[in-house]
Amino acid sequence: MIEKVILAGYGGQGMMLFGKLLAQSVMMNGKYVTFYPSYGTEVRGGKAFYHVIISTDYIFSPVIDEADTLIIMNNPSFDKFQNCIVNNTHLFYNSSLVHLPNDLPDDINIFKIPATEIANDIGNLVASNMVMMGAYNCVKNLIPRSRFLYCLRTSLTGKKAALFEINKLAMERGEQYVQENYNINYDIGQDE
Amino acid sequence: METKHLLTGNEAAAEAAIIAGCRYYYGYPITPQNELINYLATRMPQVGGTFIQAESELAAINMVYGSAAAGARTMTSSSSPGISLKQECISYMAGSELPCLIVNMQRGGPGLGDISTSQADYFQAVKGGGHGDYRIIVLAPSTVQETADLVYDAFDIADKYRNPVMVLGDAQIGQLMEPVVFHKERKNNVADKPWALTGSKGRKKNIVKSFYPVKGELEVFNKKLQEKYKRIEDNEVLFEDLNTNGADVVLVAYGTTSRICKDVINKYESGNHQLGMLRPISLWPFPTKKIREISESAKAIITIEMSAGQMVEDVRLAVEGRCPVHFYGRTGGGIPTPKEILKKIDELGF
Amino acid sequence: MEKIFTRPESLLDVPTHYCAGCGHGVVQRLIAEVIDSLGAREKTIGIAPVGCAVLAYNYFDFDMSEAPHGRPPAVATGIKRVHPENLVFAYQGDGDLAAIGIAEIIHTANRGENITVIFVNNAVYGMTNGQMAPTSIMNQKTITTPQGRTSSEGYPLKVCELLSVLDGSSFLARVSTSTPENIRLTKKTILKGFTTQIEKKGFALVEVLSACPVYLRMEPEESLKFIDNEMTKTFPLGVFKDWETNNS
Repeated sequence: MIEKVILAGYGGQGMMLFGKLLAQSVMMNGKYVTFYPSYGTEVRGGKAFYHVIISTDYIFSPVIDEADTLIIMNNPSFDKFQNCIVNNTHLFYNSSLVHLPNDLPDDINIFKIPATEIANDIGNLVASNMVMMGAYNCVKNLIPRSRFLYCLRTSLTGKKAALFEINKLAMERGEQYVQENYNINYDIGQDE
Repeated sequence: METKHLLTGNEAAAEAAIIAGCRYYYGYPITPQNELINYLATRMPQVGGTFIQAESELAAINMVYGSAAAGARTMTSSSSPGISLKQECISYMAGSELPCLIVNMQRGGPGLGDISTSQADYFQAVKGGGHGDYRIIVLAPSTVQETADLVYDAFDIADKYRNPVMVLGDAQIGQLMEPVVFHKERKNNVADKPWALTGSKGRKKNIVKSFYPVKGELEVFNKKLQEKYKRIEDNEVLFEDLNTNGADVVLVAYGTTSRICKDVINKYESGNHQLGMLRPISLWPFPTKKIREISESAKAIITIEMSAGQMVEDVRLAVEGRCPVHFYGRTGGGIPTPKEILKKIDELGF
Repeated sequence: MEKIFTRPESLLDVPTHYCAGCGHGVVQRLIAEVIDSLGAREKTIGIAPVGCAVLAYNYFDFDMSEAPHGRPPAVATGIKRVHPENLVFAYQGDGDLAAIGIAEIIHTANRGENITVIFVNNAVYGMTNGQMAPTSIMNQKTITTPQGRTSSEGYPLKVCELLSVLDGSSFLARVSTSTPENIRLTKKTILKGFTTQIEKKGFALVEVLSACPVYLRMEPEESLKFIDNEMTKTFPLGVFKDWETNNS
């Protein structure tokens, strides 16, 4: 099994946290994982993209040229990574902010998630990353939800600990959205 | 069960240094090695160590010189332009036979270059970036786990030979997060240092120096250094051999590019050639003998680098014309892709 | 017969390479006498500079290190952090400290590093044949300022004054080797430089105005007068900062 996922947005949209939590959770489940961040001078507002590879075997290059999954949070990110789309790529995009072109290939799986609107509805605009996470994990079913929530809880320390519940809710809304709109059967996994 | 940590190569190098008993770190910020200095700023005081953010790379490496002369395990880290600044003192440390660790997470050059990944400091690292007839031992990890493992070894080898050791990573290894396990029960091989500056109580005074102004003395000293380098060449060569026995095309790559080559070997299905790979782990001493051995049966060798062609010169020196040596490289943050390497293999046309 | 004058234990019985009339020998003897008086020979670690005093490690009888040009304060920092109970000092000339090593001396002082620096200022580069030093005085003729130093080469760098504004420095003084009386004061001041460190009061620097008759192109006696009559106009003697009296 191998899953190559690119997370892309602008700095501040929480893709870093999403990627780290994903990598941490699958690592704890005994899989090989690489997490390769973009890095540079911009901290807020710049391009932020992360390559995460999850595998049951040794991972060669941590750089992805053909993505199994693309998680796209803004238009420039789509422009940058659309050439990584291949047959059967799962494309999750934040439809609150991203407008896809009409000429996309037929053989890809598109999930249109109004993540910013959903996050806004539950009262925290910046939780759109967790909405996407919920949707993604619901479709790909990679990690038991409890494992992910455990990593989320341990990563939110100090003042941020209070944000756990809203992040959890955002994730559940993401799960709920794809289940209602894309006919997904989601097994949330055993509690650990 | 061993605890796995999800860390960047920079952080793994830093924690491994702590486990190896390094208590004196001096550095200056530069992308893409910032996670290393940042990590140790918090970690060193926790273990009673010294951390100084120096005023420059020059000051940092000279503080390393002082702590090494005082007999301690000590290190600095930087990325390409910063490593260039340290070269004068690295030459002094080689000349004064002082052990230390220098970590270089390479970025693009020349000049300010860029902050993306590169392997263009190979020449500087293995040929001596400073002045004079000297060598430093250069170890090149390809994973975050190996970065930690080589950092432990680097301190032991540095002590053993009284010589600076460089761990030569690149931006990708520095930034990449992977699971890593630290061998906390590992026994550090700290050598006795009767030559160190500790105060001359109960013994004759010690002098740490590289200056031999009396005619003839320097040549005698250089001879001694060369004998040491020969011992290192005889004993410290490290490489990974992936199916080179019987292979007719052998890829030679280190660090980040070796991972891509492994992918190529994994994907390669044409059946025309048998593919193998040699991954030098010690870049100096270079696995010259092994490559010579390979060249006696291989039809071709292809060296893959993120440079315009540097290690390939050492491969050619080892091969001495026994088989053709080809090169494929990318620069300026370009990373060779498996497709590009496969195309290069196809172009061999036999 | 009573012996009333002898070589300090911290100084070896070897000939030095210094030119006749050079101040280095005097300053190094004073350092040795001070270290003897502190009973500190066996815990002292010195750092020799690049320049005329590079071979100082052959003359002192305690642990010594060389350092790349200008970097003795950084090397001293690295040593002192490992051995905080040892007496660590850097011996530097004007090129080493005030030109190529100005960043290191400023930052070491600014960190309040608990070391002692003996800074020998003779207003000229000796080892490389008499070029301008950062401390050459205005109108001073050197090989690289054949018409005399002008403002286009910049002004003489006043190290004690410069470091005195830093919160990290604890003891700064300028003395000279021009007369027996001044030499006695220099010894006292060097002692203070070392006791500052022993008392863990932080960074101490003693600037010693010294003569280089060869490259000042003067007779030794004349070169001593040059210190008193010319150099001290630019570099006034005195204590610039003292943790004990809060003088700064």
